[in-house]
Amino acid sequence: MNAAQIQLDVIIPTQTKYLDLIGCIGERLGHGLDQFSGDREALAYHLNLVLTEATANAIKHANDSKPEETVRISIVIHDDELNIKVFDHGQGFDLEAVPAPDFNNPKENGMGIYFIKTLMDSVTYTRQGDCNVLEIKKRLV
Amino acid sequence: MKLKLEKIDEMNVLQVQEERIDAHNSAELKESILQFLEQGENRLFVQLSQVRFIDSSGLGALLSGYKNAVNRSGKLVLCNVQPQVLAMFELTRLNRVFEIYSDLNEAFAAQN
Repeated sequence: MNAAQIQLDVIIPTQTKYLDLIGCIGERLGHGLDQFSGDREALAYHLNLVLTEATANAIKHANDSKPEETVRISIVIHDDELNIKVFDHGQGFDLEAVPAPDFNNPKENGMGIYFIKTLMDSVTYTRQGDCNVLEIKKRLV
Repeated sequence: MKLKLEKIDEMNVLQVQEERIDAHNSAELKESILQFLEQGENRLFVQLSQVRFIDSSGLGALLSGYKNAVNRSGKLVLCNVQPQVLAMFELTRLNRVFEIYSDLNEAFAAQN
């Protein structure tokens, strides 16, 4: 993998009003990915969506008793891959235990992780030190 | 969240006057639809022409409204769904659940 072209670190309070900001950053970055050979409009929307879902998930799992809590989002763009990490300080959850949606009996919840898994190339959720890291990768070429 | 409920040709139309439906405002949308249905109305046309982004919680809010309307023997119909938003309904197969029309005229005509 080549050296990073762009690296972006954003730290926000655990409040949903910042989802718009995070999503829009993803969308703008997506529009600028000249190396992506596929549908860049769709990629831009998908990055908006994936960042919105991942950040909302981190906010949801944050410790409610600590209003000073923050979510850190790191985005690194290489020539051939985009890497997103979302760090939270909550209890964490089991990514593998999240069921796929039942399309014949749709539920109101549980589609966020499905979007991330479906639209990106790899997703992991691991404990690193005192926080959890949702790491998302998308190949660009 | 900016919502406008109006009667057009005696039909109840809810205009979602936001570019984004996400986890910040979807609970309000869900609650507004439920309140409307609890007033005794059971048929609602939701206009999404201004919405250019929806996340899983937004889809969930509309699905909740749909289920609540059906439980009251009514319906919740979607109109003017923008292409990238429609793609999210397709990805979750919710386009097979909702009645989706290109505009209000088409939606009204389909009710007769």
